[in-house]
Amino acid sequence: MFYREAGDFKTSYQDDNQTFPIKFDRYRYYFMLFVAFAIIPFMINDYWVNAVFLPFLIYAIAAIGLNILTGYCGQVSLGTGGFMAVGAYAVYKLMTMFPEVSVLIHIVLAGVITAGVGVLFGLPSLRIKGFYLAVATLAAQFFLVWLFNRVPWFYNYSASGQISAPERTFLGEPITGPATEAWAAYLVCLVFVTLSAIVARNLTRGSLGRKWMAIRDMDIAAEIIGVNPLGAKLSAFAISSFFVGLSGALFFAVYLGAVEVGEVFGINKSFLVLFMIIIGGLGSIFGSFAGAAFLVLLPVFLKNVLVGGLGWPTDLAAHLEFMIVGGLIIVFLIAEPHGLAQLWRVTKEKLRLWPFPH
Amino acid sequence: MLDQEQGYVTADGRQIGGTVMDMRNITLRFGGVTAIKDISFDIREGEIRAIIGPNGAGKSSMLNVISGFYVPQEGQVYFRGEKRAPMRPYEVARQGIARTFQNIALFEGMSVLDNVMTGRLTQMKAGILSQALWRGKAEKEEVENREICEKVIDFLEIQHIRKTPVARLPYGLKKRVELARALASEPKLLLLDEPMAGMNVEEKEDMSRFILDVNDEFGTTIALIEHDMGVVMDLSDRVVVMDYGRKIGDGTPEEVRNNQEVIDAYLGVSHD
Amino acid sequence: MPEQLVFAMEVFLNGLMAGVLYALVALGFVLIYKASGIFNYAQGVMALFSAMTLVGIMEGQVPFSHLINAMLGTHVHHFGWHLPAVLGILLTMVVMVGLAWLVQVVIFRHLVNQEPIILFMATIGLAYFMEGFGDLMWGAEIKKLDVGLPQGINLWIDETTFNIFDYGFFIDNLDIVATIIAALLVGVLVAFSQYTKQGRAMRAVADDHQAALSVGVSLSFIWVMVWSVAGFVALVAGIMWGTKSGVQFSLSLIALKALPVLMLGGFTSIPGAIVGGLIIGVGEKLFEFAIGPIIGGATENWFAYVLALVFLVFRPQGLFGDKIIERV
Ligand SMILES: Nc1ncnc2c1ncn2[C@@H]1O[C@H](COP(=O)(O)OP(=O)(O)OP(=O)(O)O)[C@@H](O)[C@H]1O
Ligand SMILES: [Mg+2]
Repeated sequence: MFYREAGDFKTSYQDDNQTFPIKFDRYRYYFMLFVAFAIIPFMINDYWVNAVFLPFLIYAIAAIGLNILTGYCGQVSLGTGGFMAVGAYAVYKLMTMFPEVSVLIHIVLAGVITAGVGVLFGLPSLRIKGFYLAVATLAAQFFLVWLFNRVPWFYNYSASGQISAPERTFLGEPITGPATEAWAAYLVCLVFVTLSAIVARNLTRGSLGRKWMAIRDMDIAAEIIGVNPLGAKLSAFAISSFFVGLSGALFFAVYLGAVEVGEVFGINKSFLVLFMIIIGGLGSIFGSFAGAAFLVLLPVFLKNVLVGGLGWPTDLAAHLEFMIVGGLIIVFLIAEPHGLAQLWRVTKEKLRLWPFPH
Repeated sequence: MLDQEQGYVTADGRQIGGTVMDMRNITLRFGGVTAIKDISFDIREGEIRAIIGPNGAGKSSMLNVISGFYVPQEGQVYFRGEKRAPMRPYEVARQGIARTFQNIALFEGMSVLDNVMTGRLTQMKAGILSQALWRGKAEKEEVENREICEKVIDFLEIQHIRKTPVARLPYGLKKRVELARALASEPKLLLLDEPMAGMNVEEKEDMSRFILDVNDEFGTTIALIEHDMGVVMDLSDRVVVMDYGRKIGDGTPEEVRNNQEVIDAYLGVSHD
Repeated sequence: MPEQLVFAMEVFLNGLMAGVLYALVALGFVLIYKASGIFNYAQGVMALFSAMTLVGIMEGQVPFSHLINAMLGTHVHHFGWHLPAVLGILLTMVVMVGLAWLVQVVIFRHLVNQEPIILFMATIGLAYFMEGFGDLMWGAEIKKLDVGLPQGINLWIDETTFNIFDYGFFIDNLDIVATIIAALLVGVLVAFSQYTKQGRAMRAVADDHQAALSVGVSLSFIWVMVWSVAGFVALVAGIMWGTKSGVQFSLSLIALKALPVLMLGGFTSIPGAIVGGLIIGVGEKLFEFAIGPIIGGATENWFAYVLALVFLVFRPQGLFGDKIIERV
């Protein structure tokens, strides 16, 4: 009943361009933001933050990044893990080289550095297309992980080969390092994810977004109607990598605190984020959130039910998880290539007409 | 004959201006196949110029040369009096040449409106920061260009499908959306590759009317490829006839129709 | 002869043998790709799965025993038989054919005419599924596989080279056998696709689906067949790798080794897979030998990819691939 377009006329193109043209959606969006910023921080404990909220928020940023490249610009990348590693090591080097500068600035700079690396590995996309490119991005994945593993400068010659985040504060409150409170870490990630989503939304609804989608849908036609493929693809690589770099920086500095590159940023991470956008919805910012939430919650759910509830060994739950994730990927590709986001849209469409379907 | 500087007056009394596009001795080969053999012709300001010929004659290849998608092995392209340096297709588009394709090349994953808006991409200049924040130039430019696109959408009578994903449209409407996308860029030269292929009579009439209106209202110069001779005779001011990559006729519809070589080509007289 | 050169020769030989194996795995990819346009990322997991199944059948493991035990509280694990290798291989092949059929019916029949990249992502999903499924069925622990292939240093080569160079080459018997088998198999596959009716049908499908259909080639049959052949290739690769370093997860990573081989050789070319495999096998071993120690070692992880990447930028279709023509 409340979910109506009727009577909600748009009188200007500005209004029509809004992210949430329907009032009810807009209110729900403000309500969600309110809950996320003003209520959840007071309710959460360490378990929820570390098992659910932080990974969800951080993966959502990575998924937004990959979605820009793959979902909007049509360039499949299997190098997400490697680019997250760039973000992590960049922020680590910055934090240790310039301890007096705020870590928040370092995190953003880590994104910028990753954007540069992304452009470098995006250059071949001008010549290589489709899964040739997908396979080529594996070069980035393997090379970068090797680099951070083998060149001691990147891990400051530490004996273990690991990097660990020193304590840094914001307004007197630690936001990296072991002393960080759960709610502080949560809020930092929440701010980043909110800004990322807004920026991504803005970029994808304007001329840049249309360039990307034109390249995605038909690159030759796009070039003939005036899109410079070089600019479009490289900007997609840059911006995508920027977000992926942010997420890598947060993953290391705020979430894990210590990282061994091969373990944390291996090829499985690349696949995980790719799966998030397939399940959530290619070419949808909301889908990036949905996919991240789904794949973060699934193992938690399986663990609680199978291991906690039924008392099965953990490895069984892990094997089942692999099967479910793999199976879902196939099911979504066959039945709903636009993922959860599309399912949600269809449901809304129905709601809009409810209770009179004609 | 034609006056190179002055142009000419058409049968229905329109004044045609000087040369916009001048193709000189174009030869295009694909490996062993010669798609275009030493062809020269011009396109003049404000005219509707048809390119006709049997299948495989090299018509689409010719449009692709104009678009910069194929680079001819020999010959030069003069656009608005200047010899065109070798350039990428997107640079050609930025010079004000827009086109539609023989096999519809719309962006299937986008709505009709977004497809039409892509026609404005060459004109949209907002920086990345402005776009990221959706402030200043980006927002302003979006609205301005949207207005132009809405005019085109009204003009082609596709308001009702504005927000529909292109993939869901029937063939005839897709062709119209493709024309809208080309028109949105306000081209100086519009290239249409078989705009009426696969349409029924009624749709063809609509499309013919749109093409005439575009030419009439905006003074757009148009080059079009078409198989339907009736349509060609009605629409075009001058016709180039191609066969097996050669030019076998050039002139008004009337002249071309009476050209023996053209008649032979169309009746399928064997080549030797 | 200078010492370094002798070492390099040994490295070269080892690289050549690794290269033949890469070529074999890459061939599995090429077959499926040529016939169906599917780039099968799951090829590596298929090798792992077939090796696990082989061990499971030979040792008489009860399938899904962990799951059954967890659900029913039982303690089943083995049937108590031991089968000879030949029988085990035959039975495993039956399983792989069944798998090929399932993959065709359950997945790819529903994805006809999809873009290659979608198909590719579906095979990544398949790889994940099969990985979980294999572990669930046979358990995830490292298994020993012994089908009777010889192992250990080849003394004859060791002695002969020692007599010539004063330095004995270390070359493993298993590698030699693997190389011979792989080379034979490559030959058989090439012959199969050139000279048999099914092979020709397969190539016809690759060239033009519609035309193949119109002359009465059954697409489903061809696709099940190529997936079965790919399953067989996977099994051979699985046996070789499994014998060498045990049947374990890392076996599935041979797919990642084969990918750059394909990029280099061209995804559609059988000779490309062979030449690409050899170049990468030799190239990565020599690079690690010559440059590795200077820049930190373990360069095999990425060398093949970076080589293929650089190469592709200059020749996007690979060494032997069909030239990509774009039209509008
Ligand atoms: N990219 C290409 N590679 C190889 N040959 C090509 C290519 N494009 C066109 N050709 C060949 O050039 C010749 C002319 O083709 P073109 O498409 O220009 O003909 P057309 O006059 O547009 O025909 P139709 O009326 O069928 O559209 C044909 O023989 C065609 O096969
Ligand atoms: Mg044509």
